[in-house]
Amino acid sequence: MLDFLYQPWPWYVAGPIIGLMVPLLFYIGNKPFGISSNFRHICAACDPAGIEFFKYDWKSGTWNLVLGAGVLIGGFLGGMIFANPEPINLASSTISDLRALGISDFSGFVPSDLFNWEALGSGTGIMVLAVGGFLVGFGARYAGGCTSGHAISGLSNLQLASLIAVIGFFIGGLLMTYVLLPLIL
Amino acid sequence: MKFTDYLLYLLSGTFFGFVLMKSEVVSWFRIQEMFRFDAFHMYGIIGTAILVGMISIQLIKKFNTTDRKGNPVVIAPKDSSQTKRYILGGTVFGLGWALLGACPGPMFALLGSGLTIMIVPILAATLGTYFYGVMQQKLPH
Repeated sequence: MLDFLYQPWPWYVAGPIIGLMVPLLFYIGNKPFGISSNFRHICAACDPAGIEFFKYDWKSGTWNLVLGAGVLIGGFLGGMIFANPEPINLASSTISDLRALGISDFSGFVPSDLFNWEALGSGTGIMVLAVGGFLVGFGARYAGGCTSGHAISGLSNLQLASLIAVIGFFIGGLLMTYVLLPLIL
Repeated sequence: MKFTDYLLYLLSGTFFGFVLMKSEVVSWFRIQEMFRFDAFHMYGIIGTAILVGMISIQLIKKFNTTDRKGNPVVIAPKDSSQTKRYILGGTVFGLGWALLGACPGPMFALLGSGLTIMIVPILAATLGTYFYGVMQQKLPH
Protein backbone atom coordinates (compact mmCIF):
# COMPACT_ATOMS: atom_id res chain seq x y z
CA MET A 1 0.00 0.00 0.00
CA LEU A 2 2.78 2.40 0.91
CA ASP A 3 4.44 1.57 -2.42
CA PHE A 4 1.40 3.00 -4.14
CA LEU A 5 2.05 6.38 -2.50
CA TYR A 6 5.60 6.53 -3.89
CA GLN A 7 4.77 5.42 -7.41
CA PRO A 8 3.35 7.55 -10.21
CA TRP A 9 -0.39 6.99 -10.69
CA PRO A 10 -1.84 5.96 -14.05
CA TRP A 11 -4.40 8.20 -15.73
CA TYR A 12 -7.33 5.90 -14.91
CA VAL A 13 -6.63 6.29 -11.20
CA ALA A 14 -5.80 10.00 -11.13
CA GLY A 15 -8.50 11.24 -13.55
CA PRO A 16 -11.54 9.89 -11.67
CA ILE A 17 -10.11 11.15 -8.35
CA ILE A 18 -9.69 14.64 -9.80
CA GLY A 19 -13.26 14.44 -11.13
CA LEU A 20 -14.48 13.70 -7.59
CA MET A 21 -13.27 17.18 -6.56
CA VAL A 22 -16.42 18.53 -8.25
CA PRO A 23 -19.03 16.76 -6.05
CA LEU A 24 -16.71 16.94 -3.02
CA LEU A 25 -16.69 20.75 -3.02
CA PHE A 26 -20.43 20.93 -3.70
CA TYR A 27 -20.93 18.65 -0.72
CA ILE A 28 -18.57 20.47 1.63
CA GLY A 29 -20.01 23.92 1.08
CA ASN A 30 -21.76 24.37 -2.27
CA LYS A 31 -18.59 25.56 -3.97
CA PRO A 32 -17.64 25.26 -7.65
CA PHE A 33 -14.27 23.60 -8.19
CA GLY A 34 -11.67 26.09 -9.47
CA ILE A 35 -8.22 27.37 -8.60
CA SER A 36 -7.45 30.49 -10.66
CA SER A 37 -9.93 32.76 -8.82
CA ASN A 38 -7.32 32.80 -6.06
CA PHE A 39 -5.23 35.23 -8.11
CA ARG A 40 -8.24 37.55 -8.22
CA HIS A 41 -8.78 37.26 -4.46
CA ILE A 42 -5.12 38.13 -3.87
CA CYS A 43 -5.50 41.20 -6.14
CA ALA A 44 -8.74 42.18 -4.39
CA ALA A 45 -7.11 41.85 -0.96
CA CYS A 46 -4.36 44.31 -1.84
CA ASP A 47 -5.72 46.36 -4.78
CA PRO A 48 -4.03 49.76 -4.46
CA ALA A 49 -5.99 51.54 -7.21
CA GLY A 50 -9.64 50.70 -6.51
CA ILE A 51 -10.19 48.83 -9.80
CA GLU A 52 -13.85 47.93 -10.32
CA PHE A 53 -13.09 44.24 -11.00
CA PHE A 54 -11.50 43.91 -7.55
CA LYS A 55 -14.21 45.75 -5.60
CA TYR A 56 -15.81 42.85 -3.77
CA ASP A 57 -15.27 41.26 -0.42
CA TRP A 58 -12.25 39.07 -1.10
CA LYS A 59 -12.99 37.24 2.16
CA SER A 60 -15.83 35.50 0.28
CA GLY A 61 -12.99 33.68 -1.46
CA THR A 62 -11.30 32.51 1.73
CA TRP A 63 -12.46 28.94 1.10
CA ASN A 64 -10.70 29.07 -2.28
CA LEU A 65 -7.48 30.43 -0.77
CA VAL A 66 -7.56 27.68 1.87
CA LEU A 67 -8.07 25.13 -0.93
CA GLY A 68 -5.01 26.65 -2.67
CA ALA A 69 -2.99 26.38 0.55
CA GLY A 70 -3.99 22.72 0.65
CA VAL A 71 -2.66 22.23 -2.90
CA LEU A 72 0.70 23.54 -1.61
CA ILE A 73 0.68 20.95 1.17
CA GLY A 74 -0.36 18.24 -1.29
CA GLY A 75 2.56 19.26 -3.49
CA PHE A 76 4.89 18.97 -0.51
CA LEU A 77 3.58 15.50 0.36
CA GLY A 78 3.50 14.23 -3.22
CA GLY A 79 6.73 15.85 -4.40
CA MET A 80 8.93 15.67 -1.29
CA ILE A 81 7.72 13.07 1.21
CA PHE A 82 6.39 10.51 -1.27
CA ALA A 83 8.53 11.58 -4.22
CA ASN A 84 9.03 9.11 -7.03
CA PRO A 85 12.81 8.84 -7.62
CA GLU A 86 12.42 7.65 -11.22
CA PRO A 87 12.28 10.07 -14.16
CA ILE A 88 8.90 10.48 -15.83
CA ASN A 89 8.14 7.84 -18.42
CA LEU A 90 7.71 10.24 -21.33
CA ALA A 91 7.00 9.39 -24.94
CA SER A 92 10.31 9.02 -26.79
CA SER A 93 9.06 11.31 -29.57
CA THR A 94 8.51 14.13 -27.03
CA ILE A 95 12.00 13.60 -25.62
CA SER A 96 13.64 13.74 -29.05
CA ASP A 97 11.61 16.83 -30.03
CA LEU A 98 12.62 18.61 -26.83
CA ARG A 99 16.26 17.55 -27.16
CA ALA A 100 16.26 19.20 -30.57
CA LEU A 101 15.10 22.39 -28.82
CA GLY A 102 18.02 22.20 -26.39
CA ILE A 103 16.37 20.56 -23.35
CA SER A 104 18.82 18.03 -21.90
CA ASP A 105 17.74 17.15 -18.34
CA PHE A 106 14.61 14.97 -18.18
CA SER A 107 15.09 13.76 -14.60
CA GLY A 108 12.59 15.97 -12.74
CA PHE A 109 9.06 17.33 -13.18
CA VAL A 110 10.41 20.39 -15.00
CA PRO A 111 13.53 21.11 -17.09
CA SER A 112 16.08 22.06 -14.44
CA ASP A 113 17.96 24.52 -16.65
CA LEU A 114 14.83 26.67 -17.10
CA PHE A 115 13.23 26.38 -13.65
CA ASN A 116 15.83 27.85 -11.31
CA TRP A 117 16.64 31.31 -9.97
CA GLU A 118 19.67 31.77 -12.24
CA ALA A 119 17.40 31.29 -15.27
CA LEU A 120 15.86 34.70 -14.48
CA GLY A 121 19.08 36.19 -15.80
CA SER A 122 18.33 34.89 -19.30
CA GLY A 123 15.71 35.99 -21.80
CA THR A 124 14.49 32.41 -22.16
CA GLY A 125 14.04 32.05 -18.39
CA ILE A 126 12.08 35.30 -18.16
CA MET A 127 9.89 34.27 -21.09
CA VAL A 128 9.03 30.86 -19.62
CA LEU A 129 8.65 31.82 -15.95
CA ALA A 130 7.42 35.42 -15.98
CA VAL A 131 5.71 35.83 -19.35
CA GLY A 132 4.30 32.28 -19.17
CA GLY A 133 2.87 32.96 -15.70
CA PHE A 134 1.49 36.33 -16.75
CA LEU A 135 -0.33 34.82 -19.75
CA VAL A 136 -1.81 32.06 -17.59
CA GLY A 137 -3.09 34.60 -15.03
CA PHE A 138 -4.40 37.05 -17.60
CA GLY A 139 -5.92 34.37 -19.83
CA ALA A 140 -7.60 32.51 -16.98
CA ARG A 141 -9.37 35.63 -15.75
CA TYR A 142 -10.26 36.84 -19.25
CA ALA A 143 -11.73 33.41 -20.01
CA GLY A 144 -13.31 33.20 -16.56
CA GLY A 145 -11.55 30.02 -15.47
CA CYS A 146 -8.60 27.69 -15.91
CA THR A 147 -8.23 23.95 -16.44
CA SER A 148 -10.13 23.13 -13.24
CA GLY A 149 -12.86 25.76 -13.60
CA HIS A 150 -13.55 25.36 -17.32
CA ALA A 151 -12.17 22.01 -18.53
CA ILE A 152 -13.27 20.02 -15.48
CA SER A 153 -16.08 21.87 -13.67
CA GLY A 154 -17.52 23.58 -16.74
CA LEU A 155 -17.43 20.65 -19.16
CA SER A 156 -18.79 18.37 -16.42
CA ASN A 157 -21.81 20.66 -16.36
CA LEU A 158 -22.02 20.67 -20.19
CA GLN A 159 -21.34 24.40 -20.46
CA LEU A 160 -20.91 25.75 -23.99
CA ALA A 161 -18.80 28.60 -22.57
CA SER A 162 -16.33 26.09 -21.16
CA LEU A 163 -16.15 24.15 -24.41
CA ILE A 164 -15.26 27.38 -26.24
CA ALA A 165 -12.65 28.18 -23.57
CA VAL A 166 -11.09 24.71 -23.82
CA ILE A 167 -10.92 25.04 -27.63
CA GLY A 168 -9.12 28.33 -26.94
CA PHE A 169 -6.71 26.55 -24.55
CA PHE A 170 -5.75 24.25 -27.41
CA ILE A 171 -5.50 26.96 -30.06
CA GLY A 172 -3.07 28.83 -27.79
CA GLY A 173 -1.28 25.68 -26.66
CA LEU A 174 -0.68 24.38 -30.17
CA LEU A 175 0.40 27.80 -31.41
CA MET A 176 2.93 28.00 -28.58
CA THR A 177 4.17 24.41 -28.93
CA TYR A 178 4.64 24.34 -32.68
CA VAL A 179 5.29 27.97 -33.65
CA LEU A 180 6.51 30.09 -30.74
CA LEU A 181 8.33 27.70 -28.41
CA PRO A 182 11.00 26.79 -31.00
CA LEU A 183 11.76 30.52 -31.25
CA ILE A 184 11.83 31.04 -27.47
CA LEU A 185 13.91 28.03 -26.35
CA MET B 1 -16.78 29.82 8.04
CA LYS B 2 -16.07 27.56 10.94
CA PHE B 3 -12.89 25.71 11.72
CA THR B 4 -14.34 22.50 10.28
CA ASP B 5 -15.01 24.24 6.98
CA TYR B 6 -11.43 25.49 6.76
CA LEU B 7 -10.13 22.06 7.62
CA LEU B 8 -12.26 20.36 4.95
CA TYR B 9 -11.17 22.81 2.24
CA LEU B 10 -7.57 22.45 3.32
CA LEU B 11 -7.79 18.65 3.20
CA SER B 12 -9.55 18.74 -0.20
CA GLY B 13 -6.79 20.97 -1.55
CA THR B 14 -4.12 18.69 -0.08
CA PHE B 15 -5.76 15.71 -1.69
CA PHE B 16 -5.97 17.50 -5.06
CA GLY B 17 -2.35 18.68 -4.87
CA PHE B 18 -1.18 15.19 -4.01
CA VAL B 19 -2.99 13.70 -7.02
CA LEU B 20 -1.55 16.42 -9.29
CA MET B 21 1.95 15.34 -8.21
CA LYS B 22 1.34 11.59 -8.38
CA SER B 23 -0.27 11.79 -11.82
CA GLU B 24 2.59 14.02 -13.08
CA VAL B 25 0.07 16.63 -14.26
CA VAL B 26 2.45 19.16 -12.70
CA SER B 27 5.16 18.21 -15.17
CA TRP B 28 6.22 20.67 -17.87
CA PHE B 29 7.21 17.61 -19.90
CA ARG B 30 3.75 16.04 -19.61
CA ILE B 31 2.14 19.25 -20.93
CA GLN B 32 4.59 19.26 -23.85
CA GLU B 33 3.72 15.64 -24.52
CA MET B 34 0.00 16.49 -24.45
CA PHE B 35 0.24 19.37 -26.93
CA ARG B 36 2.37 17.19 -29.21
CA PHE B 37 -0.27 14.40 -29.06
CA ASP B 38 2.52 11.95 -28.15
CA ALA B 39 0.78 10.21 -25.26
CA PHE B 40 -2.72 9.50 -24.00
CA HIS B 41 -1.82 10.20 -20.34
CA MET B 42 -3.11 13.80 -19.99
CA TYR B 43 -6.14 13.16 -22.19
CA GLY B 44 -6.99 10.11 -20.10
CA ILE B 45 -6.79 12.17 -16.90
CA ILE B 46 -8.80 15.14 -18.13
CA GLY B 47 -11.30 12.87 -19.93
CA THR B 48 -12.03 10.61 -16.96
CA ALA B 49 -12.12 13.60 -14.60
CA ILE B 50 -14.81 15.19 -16.78
CA LEU B 51 -16.69 11.88 -16.99
CA VAL B 52 -16.76 11.45 -13.21
CA GLY B 53 -17.64 15.14 -12.72
CA MET B 54 -20.44 14.86 -15.28
CA ILE B 55 -21.96 11.75 -13.72
CA SER B 56 -21.73 13.38 -10.28
CA ILE B 57 -23.51 16.53 -11.45
CA GLN B 58 -26.24 14.48 -13.14
CA LEU B 59 -26.78 12.55 -9.89
CA ILE B 60 -26.80 15.76 -7.83
CA LYS B 61 -29.43 17.24 -10.16
CA LYS B 62 -31.52 14.07 -10.39
CA PHE B 63 -31.70 13.49 -6.65
CA ASN B 64 -31.65 17.17 -5.64
CA THR B 65 -28.95 16.42 -3.12
CA THR B 66 -27.91 18.85 -0.42
CA ASP B 67 -24.53 19.89 0.88
CA ARG B 68 -23.42 18.63 4.27
CA LYS B 69 -25.30 21.44 6.01
CA GLY B 70 -28.58 20.53 4.32
CA ASN B 71 -28.66 23.38 1.78
CA PRO B 72 -29.71 22.43 -1.76
CA VAL B 73 -26.70 22.26 -4.09
CA VAL B 74 -26.61 25.23 -6.45
CA ILE B 75 -24.69 24.64 -9.67
CA ALA B 76 -24.32 28.03 -11.33
CA PRO B 77 -24.11 27.95 -15.14
CA LYS B 78 -21.34 29.87 -16.93
CA ASP B 79 -22.46 32.99 -18.79
CA SER B 80 -22.89 31.64 -22.32
CA SER B 81 -24.19 34.97 -23.69
CA GLN B 82 -20.55 36.00 -24.06
CA THR B 83 -18.33 34.10 -26.45
CA LYS B 84 -15.36 36.29 -27.41
CA ARG B 85 -13.92 36.26 -23.92
CA TYR B 86 -13.84 32.46 -23.85
CA ILE B 87 -12.08 32.00 -27.16
CA LEU B 88 -9.69 34.96 -26.72
CA GLY B 89 -9.02 34.44 -23.02
CA GLY B 90 -8.74 30.70 -23.57
CA THR B 91 -6.18 31.21 -26.33
CA VAL B 92 -4.06 33.49 -24.13
CA PHE B 93 -4.30 30.94 -21.33
CA GLY B 94 -3.23 28.17 -23.72
CA LEU B 95 -0.20 30.17 -24.86
CA GLY B 96 0.85 30.51 -21.23
CA TRP B 97 0.02 26.91 -20.34
CA ALA B 98 2.23 25.48 -23.11
CA LEU B 99 5.06 27.92 -22.31
CA LEU B 100 5.13 27.62 -18.52
CA GLY B 101 3.94 24.01 -18.61
CA ALA B 102 1.77 24.59 -15.57
CA CYS B 103 -1.77 25.80 -15.02
CA PRO B 104 -2.73 27.40 -11.67
CA GLY B 105 -3.18 24.19 -9.60
CA PRO B 106 0.23 22.77 -10.58
CA MET B 107 1.91 26.16 -9.93
CA PHE B 108 0.95 25.89 -6.25
CA ALA B 109 1.68 22.15 -6.05
CA LEU B 110 5.17 22.60 -7.54
CA LEU B 111 5.92 25.42 -5.11
CA GLY B 112 4.88 23.11 -2.28
CA SER B 113 7.16 20.40 -3.62
CA GLY B 114 10.11 22.69 -2.94
CA LEU B 115 10.51 24.32 -6.35
CA THR B 116 10.86 27.86 -4.96
CA ILE B 117 11.22 29.45 -8.40
CA MET B 118 7.47 28.88 -8.86
CA ILE B 119 6.98 32.03 -6.77
CA VAL B 120 7.88 33.93 -9.96
CA PRO B 121 5.10 32.49 -12.18
CA ILE B 122 2.63 32.77 -9.27
CA LEU B 123 3.44 36.48 -8.87
CA ALA B 124 3.39 36.93 -12.65
CA ALA B 125 -0.03 35.25 -12.85
CA THR B 126 -1.29 37.56 -10.09
CA LEU B 127 0.04 40.51 -12.07
CA GLY B 128 -1.63 39.13 -15.22
CA THR B 129 -4.92 38.89 -13.31
CA TYR B 130 -4.48 42.47 -12.11
CA PHE B 131 -3.80 43.57 -15.68
CA TYR B 132 -7.06 41.93 -16.75
CA GLY B 133 -8.86 43.91 -14.04
CA VAL B 134 -7.34 47.13 -15.34
CA MET B 135 -8.11 46.36 -18.99
CA GLN B 136 -11.50 44.67 -18.51
CA GLN B 137 -13.64 47.50 -19.92
CA LYS B 138 -11.46 47.80 -23.02
CA LEU B 139 -11.41 44.10 -23.94
CA PRO B 140 -13.99 42.43 -26.18
CA HIS B 141 -16.16 40.00 -24.23
